[in-house]
Parts: sequence; structure tokens; C-alpha cells
Amino acid sequence: MKSKFFYLLTTLGIFLTLYSCGNSQQNNGALSSNAADRVYVAPGEHDDYYAFISGGFSGQLSVYGLPSGRLFKVIPVFSQDAEKAYGYNEETKPMLNTSHGFIPWDDSHHPDISQTNGELDGRWVFINGNNTPRIAKIDLSVFETTEIIEIPNSAGNHSSAFVTENTEYVVAGTRFSVPVPQRDMPISEYKGNFKGALTFISVEPEHGHMDIAFQLMMPGFDYDLSHPGRGKSHGWFFFSTYNSEEASTLMEVNASQNDKDFIAAVNWKAIEEYVKNGGGTMMPANYAHNVYDEGTHMATSTMKKEVRVVNPSEVPGAVFLLPTPKSPHGCDVDPSGEYIVGAGKLSADLTVHSFTKMLDAIENEKYEGEAYGIPILSFEDVRAGTVSQPGLGPLHTEFDGQGNAYTTFFISSEVVKWKLGTWEVLDRQPCYYSVGHLMIPGGNSRKPFGQYVVAMNKITKDRYLPTGPEVTQSAQLYDISGDKMELLLDFPTVGEPHYAAGIAADIVKQRSKKIFELQNNNHPYGIKSDADVRVERDGKDVHVYMSMIRSHFNPDNIEGIRVGDRVYFHVTNLEQDYDVPHGISMIGANTSELLIMPGQTETFVWEPKQPGVWPFYCTDFCSALHQEMQGYVRVSPADNSPDLRWSLGE
Amino acid sequence: MLLAALLPLLLFVFPLWKITLEAPQYPTPLGMYIHINDFTDANPHDIKNINLMNHYVGMKYIPDAIPEFKIFPIGIAITTFIGLLVFWKGNHRWYLYWFLLMVAVSTAGLIDFYIWEYQYGHDLDPKAIMKFTNPDGSVMGFQPPFFGSKDILNFRAHSYPQLGAYSLGLGIALALVAYWLGKKETTSKKLFS
Repeated sequence: MKSKFFYLLTTLGIFLTLYSCGNSQQNNGALSSNAADRVYVAPGEHDDYYAFISGGFSGQLSVYGLPSGRLFKVIPVFSQDAEKAYGYNEETKPMLNTSHGFIPWDDSHHPDISQTNGELDGRWVFINGNNTPRIAKIDLSVFETTEIIEIPNSAGNHSSAFVTENTEYVVAGTRFSVPVPQRDMPISEYKGNFKGALTFISVEPEHGHMDIAFQLMMPGFDYDLSHPGRGKSHGWFFFSTYNSEEASTLMEVNASQNDKDFIAAVNWKAIEEYVKNGGGTMMPANYAHNVYDEGTHMATSTMKKEVRVVNPSEVPGAVFLLPTPKSPHGCDVDPSGEYIVGAGKLSADLTVHSFTKMLDAIENEKYEGEAYGIPILSFEDVRAGTVSQPGLGPLHTEFDGQGNAYTTFFISSEVVKWKLGTWEVLDRQPCYYSVGHLMIPGGNSRKPFGQYVVAMNKITKDRYLPTGPEVTQSAQLYDISGDKMELLLDFPTVGEPHYAAGIAADIVKQRSKKIFELQNNNHPYGIKSDADVRVERDGKDVHVYMSMIRSHFNPDNIEGIRVGDRVYFHVTNLEQDYDVPHGISMIGANTSELLIMPGQTETFVWEPKQPGVWPFYCTDFCSALHQEMQGYVRVSPADNSPDLRWSLGE
Repeated sequence: MLLAALLPLLLFVFPLWKITLEAPQYPTPLGMYIHINDFTDANPHDIKNINLMNHYVGMKYIPDAIPEFKIFPIGIAITTFIGLLVFWKGNHRWYLYWFLLMVAVSTAGLIDFYIWEYQYGHDLDPKAIMKFTNPDGSVMGFQPPFFGSKDILNFRAHSYPQLGAYSLGLGIALALVAYWLGKKETTSKKLFS
């Protein structure tokens, strides 16, 4: 009898579950029946949005289309990429130079697209290297990294790389405070001695060249994330902090003791004015500034020797601290610029500050105290509201431009939609699993494209076919155009999809270059036609000025190379047709292939180690006669070699 | 008649002819304009890319210049001068002569164009990478169509006159119209006199 009763209950339970599934489809994450239609982009059609999804520990930036989730390109930024010879060829090696020497890797976190008047202009993407602090700029006319600047006095460059509303500055804040300048000292003397540098990098409006304008030397907290003010709060920048305890060991406990940490509000316009009037001091430093020139197709690395530092306590009205509960992580500003959302990751609530109330508190000097000379405002004077108990482990918030905010919750693994102003929770959708950042295209601007949100998950477990212990991380696409969010698509990502920036495709795609004009090629070893093809010896260095065009190399026979030579293959692609790159690789070369775009010149070095006749070939299937695109180099003993000669078709 | 005489001068402004090549790999087709004194790209680097395609089957590169580029402008200059002279001095009878002259000159131009196309399509390098034969065993030619559209291997080729040619044609036609009007006028004058 007992078992029969149990059976009945179970059956009833199953029935109820099914019934509720049918009724509350959107609440349990089930797909609506036409989800496939809504993400389907027919063959030959284009996606509506570009999504630039960072690779986290891969150090790169991936380019996806939305809503399809198709991967188009992985742009190498901070890590060597043998596929594209980035960091392997002679032209791009300087891009990865730092004050610590050549570094083939970094941890790329937060991409942000350049803005004009608070709207995305689609010219550049900036992204931070977390580990060896750097900021990179990707030029969206070529989808290549064209500039990297190292950040001195910084460590764990995490509250970066966010741009102000006219791309006046890209901002890089340090996560780890360190001795400034670096010196040998006991770690236990952290408190009061370590500093947190917030770096403002000016961006030259025409070409986007970066230069460190000033570094604000803040107290030794951890500066976690940041966002610019916009609209009414343009001119301010907001940084979340944790470890206001200034602990240096067992951080998970010791940096989680204070009930409230801070959001630091920085009036950068006031500091800019201060610096313009000669404020701040030039401090000796050593950091690399690497610039890739599209004309010479080459990067140069320059070591810079000083940086301007500003002590916040010496600039009245420049910095204020807004108490924010429990180690806030995300620090996000709504499209109007009024609300600053602090996601206290150890709190169950979300705190929203009001810019207007903050200005009022500052004007009336309602200070609660100070930290190292920086005024602390009172929590209740700046708080606009609290989203009460929306989930567990709030991290990041983006906005749809319709008065709604979307916050990720790492621990409860969900995205929660709530309303600005009333602070009521409107909807929630699960994430699979443990979501970090989320991205609404334009969600960090005055004008979000509020159609989709992409959630980026750290853990996938059983969501895809297993691939051994290491499984893919993933992104999830939700339609947010209706009242309720709808999950449409899962797609795997490259590396860790740490954060992303999205933009309407139309803004970017017509600016995308098809070829490099050969006549504008100013590479010092480039050639403009077959008439310039030659091989020159300079001691043990041999320079091959080679051309490639369908379907041959010129020269394709070279003799007179000796064991012990350093042979530089400077290879110019003479093609001027869209999507006709050629590659080249030499047997035994201790480097990657080259992949050379039409009109471009790239260089690899080969050091032959034994006599013989050694072939090279085109590595990119370029044409019907790609297999015939090959050549030979004769290598002779150092003391007995024929004269240097080269030829094609003789 | 003045308009008739002047219209052919537009050949110096607008292209005479256009050859377009479509293929799956060229979502933007390759194209070449033929002007009275020049070949130009429809889109940047098109001629270079046509040459690159055509070298596989042994076709010669499209030359930078051909003798016609010198002869044709002089021809048009002379016929325009004659046309103006006819307008100034001549009567309708002379309009007809100018019309016939222009028809003859244009026909000569078209025949020359056809011969050039034929040679371009048939004078192939014996070391051509790819050799194609017709079903009857003869060597396949790659002559672009003279007028209209035609499939050549993976390409669909189109060949059509452009604004310059239309101006020339309209000029010639207007001369004939001027002749008819002139003739009518004289006839009616005769009737009423």
C-alpha cells in the first residue's frame, strides 16, 4: 500500500512537472520552438552584429557573428600565433616586447570599442593584458593588433581597458597594489606603502596612438573593474575596489573582512586640468610602447623612460570614495550616466549609486571620513537604491537602453533582469554554468542595441560532447527584445570568454579593408614588382627580396647559400585581389610559416645547418596551381660554395 | 547637326565599351572599360586580376596601350571637325555624307575591335598551363563576346557598349535626322516657292 501511494505521488509529480514546463517555458530555460530560426543565418547571408569575445588565458580576441555564434577570426593580441606568424615573423616580434623582454603570452580580459559622443564608432577595440600589464589596440579596418603599450607601476592590470565617451582616454587600473617604485621590501609592510596606480592613456583622435597621460597613485587597495561616466557623468570614471583592508596574505579571508569596500569616483577632467597646469611629477620608469605601421608593415618597440604621476590628495575635488558593500566586482554605469551599479560579490544585494546624489554630497561636503587624504562619502547619501536579494554572487551588469539592467550571478548561475529606478526584479534565466561577464552590444555606451545579451560561462561540464578533462568554455545568446529573456543558442568559445564587446555589423563592415595597396608598401625590404627581386649578401646575413603571385615565388631557385648563414626571406605578396593571401615555409626553419596578405611584406629567418638542396613552398591553398608553388635553396659548405645566384623559370 | 557633330566628343569623357567577367569566386565581378584612348579597371586592380586569371590558359596580358588609342582620338577629332564644317557650310546633302562617313568609321572601329578580341582570345602561349580543346579537337579559344553574353570556362563574360558608344551612335543618328529634316525643309520650300 505504501509503495502504491508512493507510485501515485511520483506519477503525479511527473505530471505536474511536465505541466509546469508547458506553462512556464521561459522560466525554466526551455527553448521556444522557433529558436533555431532566430539564430539561423542562411548561407551567404551576414550576421547582424560583430561580437569581439576575449580569449582570457589564450591572450587573444575572437570575432564572432551574432545571432549565429559563428567564429570568423581569432585576432592575435598578446600571444604568439603560428597560424598568422604573429610574434614569429620579424615584423611583429616587437609587438610582444616589454620591460621584461619578449613575452609570448598574456591574459586578455576586457575588450571595449572606441566611442564618439558616447556611441560606438567601430574604429578600434582596446583590450587589457592582465599579467604583464599592457593595453592593446586592434584596428577594425584590418582586424589586427596595431599598438600595445605597457603600463608601469601596475600589476594584474584588471580594471581595464575601458574608454571614455569620446575615446579621450583608455583607462587601466591595477588589481594588485605594489611598491611604487618597485623595490626590495618586506611583504608584511604592505599597508600604507603599496600603491594602486590608475592609468589614463590618451588616445590621439586620428590614428588612435596611445600615450600615458598620467597615473593616479591611489591607496593600496585592489582595483577590480571600472567604467566611465557618460552623458551627465562624462568626465568621471568609477573603479570598484576590494581589499580596502590592505591585506597581503590569505586574501580570501583577510580581504573580505570589511563590511563595505569602495567605488572610487575619479573626476578625470579635474586631473586633466591639474596636469595641464603642470601638476603631477615625472617619475623615472621603463615601459615598452609598440606600434605597428601599416605603411611599412612593421612594428617598432620604443622603451619609454618616464611617466607622470599624480597624488590624489593633492588635487582637491578629484577623487571620492563611495562605500559599497562586500568587495564589489562589477562597476557599471547605465546609459544615462546617472546610476553606478556596484555588484558586491559577497553580498546578496546589488547596490546602485546615484551620480546626482554623489555630486550633492560632494557639494555639501557630507564626508564620513577619509582614507589617505581621500574623502569618503556616506553610503546613504550616495545610494540610489538596492536590488534586494536578486541572486547569489552578483558580478556584472549591462543595459538595454529601455530602462532595464541585466546582472550576472556567478554562484546561482543566472542572468537577472531588473528595472532601473524601481529596483524590481523582472525576469531570470539560468546559465550553463557559472556565468562571469555578460554583453549587450553597445551595452557600455549611451546607446545600447538592446536585442541580445551574451552570457559568458566559465564551466560547461555536460553541455557539449566531452573532449577529455579539458572541455570548452562557452557563450549563451538570449533574446531580450521581449518582456522575458529567451535562451536561443549555446556556442563554444576560444580560451576563456572573459568579456566581450559587440557592435552592429553595418558600422564596422564597410570600413573593412580588402587588400593593402602595393604602391603604398613602404617596407624597407619590400618590392613593388619582379624587377626588384634580388638576393644580397652582407657577411653571414643574406637578404632575399622575394615576390609571390599566383602561382610562383620569384626567385624559386637560389644557390650560393652557406651553412652558418642567416637567411632573411623578405617576401612580398604582389597580388592585389581580395582574399588571395599566400604563405611560405622553409624546411627546418625554427619559426612559423608566414601568411602574407595582398600588398604586404613579411620576413622570416632561416639558419641552414647542413649542406643540401632544401625546398620551400606556399602554405595557403591559393590557386589551382598552389601545389606547384614551391622552390629550392641550395646550401653549400661554408668554405666551398658557388657564387650567389637566383632565378625563376631558367 | 551641331549636336550630331559634337556628341561623339563625349567619347573622351565616357567609356566606349565594357567587358565584365563573372565567376563564383568573384562576388564582385571583374570588369574592364574600353575608352577611346585607354583601358581602365571597373574596380581597382581588375585588369591586373584579369591578366592573372588569363595567364593560366596562355592568354596575353591586356596591353597598357594599343596603336588604336592614338588613331581613334585623331579619327574622332577629324570627323568632328568635318562635322562642324558641314554644319557651318554644308546643306542637308552633306549631312548625309557625314552620316555615311561616320557609319564607315564606326564599322571600321568595330571590325578592329572584333579582330583584337579574336587575337586576344586565340593567340595563346604554347606553354600555357592549361590547354583546352573543343569537342572537335581544335584548340579552344577564349575570345570574349563581341556583343552580348557568353560562358567561357568558369566565367560568364558580358560585353556591352557604354555611354560613349551611345553618344557616338546618337550623334550619327542625329545626322540622319538632320538630313531628313533638311530635306523636308528644302522640299517644302521648293513647293511653296
